[in-house]
Amino acid sequence: MSTIAASPGPMLAGSSGEEPARDNSRRIQLAFLIGFLLVWWLVTALALINPFFLPSPQAVARVFFRLVTTGEILPDLKITTGQIAVSFPIALLSGLAVGYAVSSSRYSVEVFEPMLAGLFAIPLIIFYPLNVLILGIGPESKIAHGAIYGFFPIVLSAIQGFGSVDRAYLRSAHSLGASRFQVLRRVLLPAALPSIMAGVRMGFVLTFVATIGSETIASLGGLGHRIVWYAESLETDKMFAYIVFIIIIAVVSNAVLSWIERRSDWR
Amino acid sequence: MRRRFSISDYLPVPAARILTVAIILVVWEITGRMADPLFFAPPSRCLTAAAEIFGDPKLQWALWLTLVELVTGFALSVVFGVLIGTAIGARATSYRSFFPIVMFLYAIPQVTVLPLFVLYFGPGAASKIAFGFSHGIFPVIITVVGALRGLDQTLLRSAYSMGASRMQVFRRITLPFIVPALFTGMRLGMTATLLGVLIGELYVSSGGIGMFTRLYTDSLRPDRLFALTAVLALMAIVINETLRRAETNVSHWRNA
Repeated sequence: MSTIAASPGPMLAGSSGEEPARDNSRRIQLAFLIGFLLVWWLVTALALINPFFLPSPQAVARVFFRLVTTGEILPDLKITTGQIAVSFPIALLSGLAVGYAVSSSRYSVEVFEPMLAGLFAIPLIIFYPLNVLILGIGPESKIAHGAIYGFFPIVLSAIQGFGSVDRAYLRSAHSLGASRFQVLRRVLLPAALPSIMAGVRMGFVLTFVATIGSETIASLGGLGHRIVWYAESLETDKMFAYIVFIIIIAVVSNAVLSWIERRSDWR
Repeated sequence: MRRRFSISDYLPVPAARILTVAIILVVWEITGRMADPLFFAPPSRCLTAAAEIFGDPKLQWALWLTLVELVTGFALSVVFGVLIGTAIGARATSYRSFFPIVMFLYAIPQVTVLPLFVLYFGPGAASKIAFGFSHGIFPVIITVVGALRGLDQTLLRSAYSMGASRMQVFRRITLPFIVPALFTGMRLGMTATLLGVLIGELYVSSGGIGMFTRLYTDSLRPDRLFALTAVLALMAIVINETLRRAETNVSHWRNA
C-alpha cells in the first residue's frame, strides 16, 4: 500500500534480506562492519583527523564498556525507556482503536484514511516545538511526540488490515450469532494480524527514533540528551559510545520485532 | 439486509472531510480561548499572529533559506541516489554484494548522529543540507535498485538478440522502465530530505526557521509558533501532493 510505503524511516530494513540469500547478506554486512572499523582505526592511528572530531575506535570501545559496566548509562537509559514505555502503548491502543472505528464502514475509510495518510506525510517533527511549549521540556513532551509518531503507521496498517478481511467471514460470524466483541476478538484481529504487525513494528521504530530525536532537540535527560551534552563539551569518545549504544538497541529491537512479525504471519 | 439510516447518503466524502476539519477548528477555538494564553492559542489568534510574523523580512529570509537547504539536499539525493542505485542494481553480483550494505546503513537511526553533522559541518546551512541528503538518498537508491531488479530479463535478451546496442537498450527499455519507480523514489526522498532538514533546523540553527521556533517557544508566543508550524505543514503537504500527482501521471503514461 502506497501510504505505508510513504512513511519515512528504516522500516524497510528488516524485511528485505530475503532475496539475496540471507546468510550471504549477513556475511557481507559483517565484512562491511569490519572493514569500516579497520578504516576508522587506520584514519585515527595515522592521526589524519583531529581526535576531537573522530576519536579512535579503541577509545570509544573503552568508554563504551566503562559506561555499561559501571552503570553510568543507566539513569539516561531509564529516562528514555520510561518515556517509550508510556508513549508506545498509547500509540498502539489509540492506533488500533481508531483503526477499528474507521474501518467499520467503507464510507469512513474513504473519508478518514486519506486524511490520516496526508497528515503522516508531513514531517511530524515540526510539531515538536509546540509539544515543548504546551507540555514543557520534561518527559511529557517526549511521550506526546513519540506517541504521535507511533500512532500513524499503526492506525494506517490497522485500517488496511481490518478493511481487507474477507467480508464473508464477518457475515457468517454475525449470522452464527457472534457479538461485536467476539467478531473482533475471534475473526478481525487474527485475520488482520500480519498486516497490523508490520505497522506495529514501524510504529515502534518511529516511536523510538522520535523519542531520541526529541531528546536531541530539547530535553533535560535521556540518551539523546547525553549525546548532545557530550557533543557540546567535545567529549566525542563518550558521544560515540552513546551513539553505538543506541544503534545496538535499535538493531536488536528491530530484529526482535521482525521475528515476531514473521511468526505472526500464518499465511 | 435491513436498511439503516446512514450518514453517507447525505454527506459526500469531500463534505465530510471539510466537516471534520471544521469540527476540529471549533473545538480548538473553544479550548484555545479557555486555556492559558502563554501556552496555547485559538486559531483566530494564530491568524492575526501569522499576519504579523510573515511581514517580518527576517522570517521570510529564514523560510527561503530552509527551502534552499531542502532543494539542495534533495537535488544531491536524487543525483547520487540514481548514480549509486544504478551502479548497484545494474548487475546481479553488485546487487548481492552492495545492497545489504545500503540496507545496513539505512537501519541505523540517523538522528543519533545529528550532533556529528553539526560538529563536522557547523551550525549553518551546510549541516542541514548534509543531514537532509543523508535522509533523502536512501529511498532513491532503494527504489532505483528495486526497479532495476524487477526489469524483465527477456526484454533485454530479445532486444540484444535483435541487435540493439547497449545505449539503445538503456534508452528504450531500462530508462522507461525505471522512470515510474524513480518518481516514487523522488517523492519518498523529498519527504525524507524535508524531515532531515527540519530536524537539523530544530536542533540548532543560525538564521533558519529553527531559530524562530526556538524564539517563539522561549518568548511564550504559542500563537506565532502555531502559525509558523501551520505554514511548514502546508509547505510539506503542497510539496508532497505535487510530487504524488507527478508520480501518478508518470505511471499512467507507462500503463497506457
